[in-house]
Amino acid sequence: MLTNSNRIAHRKKITVITVMFALLLGALFVRLVYLMIWKADYYEEQAVELHERERSIKAARGRILDCNGLVIADNRTVCTVSVIHNQIEDPERVIQVLCGELGLSEEFVRGRVEKYSSIERIRSNVDKEIGDRIREYDLAGVKVDEDYKRYYPFGDLASKVLGFTGADNQGIIGLEVVYEETLQGKAGNILTMTDARGIEVEEAGERRQEPVKGKDLVLSLDMNIQSYATQLALQAMKTKEAESVSILVMNPQNGEMLAMVNVPEFDLNAPYELPEGTTYATQEEYQNLLNAMWRNGCINDTYEPGSTFKIITAAAGLEEGVVTPESAFSCPGYIIVDDRKIRCHKVGGHGGEDFVHATMNSCNPVFITVGLRLGVDRYYKYFEQFGLKKKTGIDLPGEASTIMHEKENMGNVELATVSFGQSFQITPIQLLTTAASIVNGGRRITPHFGVKVLGEDGGEEILEYPVEEGIVSEETSATLRGILELVVSEGTGKNGKVEGFRVGGKTATSQTLPRGSGRYIASFLGFAPAEEPQVIALAIINNPQGVYYGGQVAAPIVRQLYENILPYLGIANEKVPEAAE
Amino acid sequence: MAARTRTKSKRKEQSEFYFDYSLLFILLFLLGFGLLMIYSTSSYEAFQEYGDSAHFLKTQLAAVILGLVAMIVVSNIPYHFWEHFALLGYVVSFGMLFLVKTPLGVESHHARRWFRIPGVPFNVQPAEIAKLCMILFLACLVCKLGRNVRKWKGIIVMGAAALPHVLAIYLVTSNLSSAIIVMGIAALMVFVADPHYKKYIVAVTLVGIAVAGLVFMIMSMDASEMTFRMTRINTWLHPESDPTDTGFQTLQALYAIGSGGIWGKGLGQSMQKLGYIPEAQNDMIFSIICEELGLFGAVSIILMFLILLWRLMIIANNAPDLFGSMLVVGVIGHIAIQVVLNIAVVTNSIPNTGISLPFISYGGSSVMFLLIEFGLVLSVAKRIQLRE
Repeated sequence: MLTNSNRIAHRKKITVITVMFALLLGALFVRLVYLMIWKADYYEEQAVELHERERSIKAARGRILDCNGLVIADNRTVCTVSVIHNQIEDPERVIQVLCGELGLSEEFVRGRVEKYSSIERIRSNVDKEIGDRIREYDLAGVKVDEDYKRYYPFGDLASKVLGFTGADNQGIIGLEVVYEETLQGKAGNILTMTDARGIEVEEAGERRQEPVKGKDLVLSLDMNIQSYATQLALQAMKTKEAESVSILVMNPQNGEMLAMVNVPEFDLNAPYELPEGTTYATQEEYQNLLNAMWRNGCINDTYEPGSTFKIITAAAGLEEGVVTPESAFSCPGYIIVDDRKIRCHKVGGHGGEDFVHATMNSCNPVFITVGLRLGVDRYYKYFEQFGLKKKTGIDLPGEASTIMHEKENMGNVELATVSFGQSFQITPIQLLTTAASIVNGGRRITPHFGVKVLGEDGGEEILEYPVEEGIVSEETSATLRGILELVVSEGTGKNGKVEGFRVGGKTATSQTLPRGSGRYIASFLGFAPAEEPQVIALAIINNPQGVYYGGQVAAPIVRQLYENILPYLGIANEKVPEAAE
Repeated sequence: MAARTRTKSKRKEQSEFYFDYSLLFILLFLLGFGLLMIYSTSSYEAFQEYGDSAHFLKTQLAAVILGLVAMIVVSNIPYHFWEHFALLGYVVSFGMLFLVKTPLGVESHHARRWFRIPGVPFNVQPAEIAKLCMILFLACLVCKLGRNVRKWKGIIVMGAAALPHVLAIYLVTSNLSSAIIVMGIAALMVFVADPHYKKYIVAVTLVGIAVAGLVFMIMSMDASEMTFRMTRINTWLHPESDPTDTGFQTLQALYAIGSGGIWGKGLGQSMQKLGYIPEAQNDMIFSIICEELGLFGAVSIILMFLILLWRLMIIANNAPDLFGSMLVVGVIGHIAIQVVLNIAVVTNSIPNTGISLPFISYGGSSVMFLLIEFGLVLSVAKRIQLRE
């Protein structure tokens, strides 16, 4: 049956199929070489990504320093406690220990422990001591990771400026929010190899991606000035039984803020604690109270500036030439605009006076006259030219916009009231910035706290802010400085006089809306030295009891401040020339 | 004189009968290596699930021992003895395929492909029995057909003989891979039996064109209009597009293979076996070999199988008769098709379908019936006379 030729044919065929399979295996070998050499890195990377579980390590947030290098926002080491469901061996004990050590309800901890997830955070910002103690129990499935918590060594100083951070170290308000990107750094990771269920493979060990520390921020804020200003503000608030007192101190040459006080402040290390004795019914009410407590009135709120705004009217009038220091006026105690009679604060009138004395007397009819001479178009032009319509651009969140009449709706009566600082609203920082820009020679500066960012390798990045030149001429600026110096040395602002220094300024007393409520805002804006201002300050007392005139309530605060900080800032003590007499 | 020469030559024959030690050695090596890899691959998951890291190893070891005993017994029985049972085996194995539908059937991995025999530590996959019986039956049939095997009639008879099993395996046990393997074995045996080439070259070319056309059609198709098998093919083309479902296993195998590199992570160091590749000890065991032993280990295993095929080829070529030769050809087909398809699936060279790696993958009935096949091969080898 098995012939020879058949046999040879079979042998050939058997060899053919064997060779064919050998070739197929050879092709698969090539495929393997491709996968295991060419694509090895790609697949390995993907596999490792699949095998590793991440636990993030918080980056140390950048510190905040004042102009003297004092650390005003720092980090403290704290712990984050988490549980890994699949690795817990004794859930009851884990629940018991965590409840005890962390002071949490059993229900809460049980929920987290029994939740089927890869990793569940129980609590962050746990004190290092407690974290260490939990670590010592050596419970399977419980992880204690160290991270950082923000700490403010000065407690409530400049609280509304600095702001604070939340549970994930993210900025909530203030500079912490604005400089979030600079300060936050980059979180690191602890990478652990796990099986498909998420159980750690012990022999594989851990891989760490180190976090990158956030950059330090240096402010123009001077904690010495801030601290002294805060004391003055607290004192004034107490003696005048005021609702709140704000003090702003700035360098008018470049817009650097030296201090910004808003009393009452709050404790940055306990930002969620309302002042003692505060009661609230609902969670919503609690949140509203917190928001009110955190609110920075110098930036977030607007007010009618009152007579301090006469600086702006005077600058516009002088610049446009509709008035000169020598221009003669007569004040009968009121002025008729269209069909309205607007009174001067001095009922009997100031009688005949030149423009310098009108400013010293803060005479409303004279400023109304100047405003009317300018007319709506020109007044509005200067209002915009001085930068009053736009925000100042300060590096704090939530700056409020100016509330001003639309040009089309502005008649003579509106113009008249605006001329002496009423019927419109601006923020205190807007007033201060505009006044500073007028007296510094006409450079509209941007108020700011952040000065530079310190890099990790010692490099520093200087922060730059826009400056707009020529909003008013140098001559007008100089003239106005002279007039405002006289306001302090002899006029309504004489309580702001500082022995041995030349101070210029303007007072204001404005009644808050609605009129007739008996609520006033007393304020004083002063700068020194008068001929070349190095520092400008604005004090605002909100609803003082008893005497409420700016000249009597606010000017002394600035005087006391200047008595201390002018020598401190190294501003030359000069004899005030008697020329003005 | 003649009688004396006869007895003398008979004695001589006895001592010069062939025993293929290298085949046996490779076989034992592959079995040992398979057990080692099954332990390495399954111990972690076995401990998680059964609390016994040797759970799968023990079952497999029992099947291997049982198989080796059966192999020794079969190898000592002259293979022509089985000729009498070829038809019986053919019918019985066909009937057994339907056992999975009876209460004896065992369902696992969403398929009813096994049945339980009381006292046997592993479930029996009747498709494995069918492979063995099909080889035996077709080898007999080739001898019966004689010269007719060269004609179309013979080819059709052979094909018709294989068809019931192929259809039953696919339709009753819904096991496409085993159906393909039985069909492949039958095709190879027909190819070897018939000395012609032309028609087979034409057939292979036509099949090649049809497959290419199908793949092209699916590539240009929208996912929504695909059937189950079509999605498999689409997933093969883009495993990353579907990493949660069908593509998952394939992608995980590629991760394992890729992360092995040239030298591998070392025995026992696989990460992918920690549940990422579900039941890696089954069809995907080759990917873990790649991960732990690298390209080096993978190539070594491929070489081992090549040597095994070479030894089988020598035996088939020198078999004393056509029946013996055809038996060995069937075994060559069985081993070679499974090795090639398994590695091709694991490396995502073809669409994913469950095919185990002979001797290495976990699977009691597979290894046992393979060993019985090798008993037949050794029995054939024993009849080879070294001197003409």
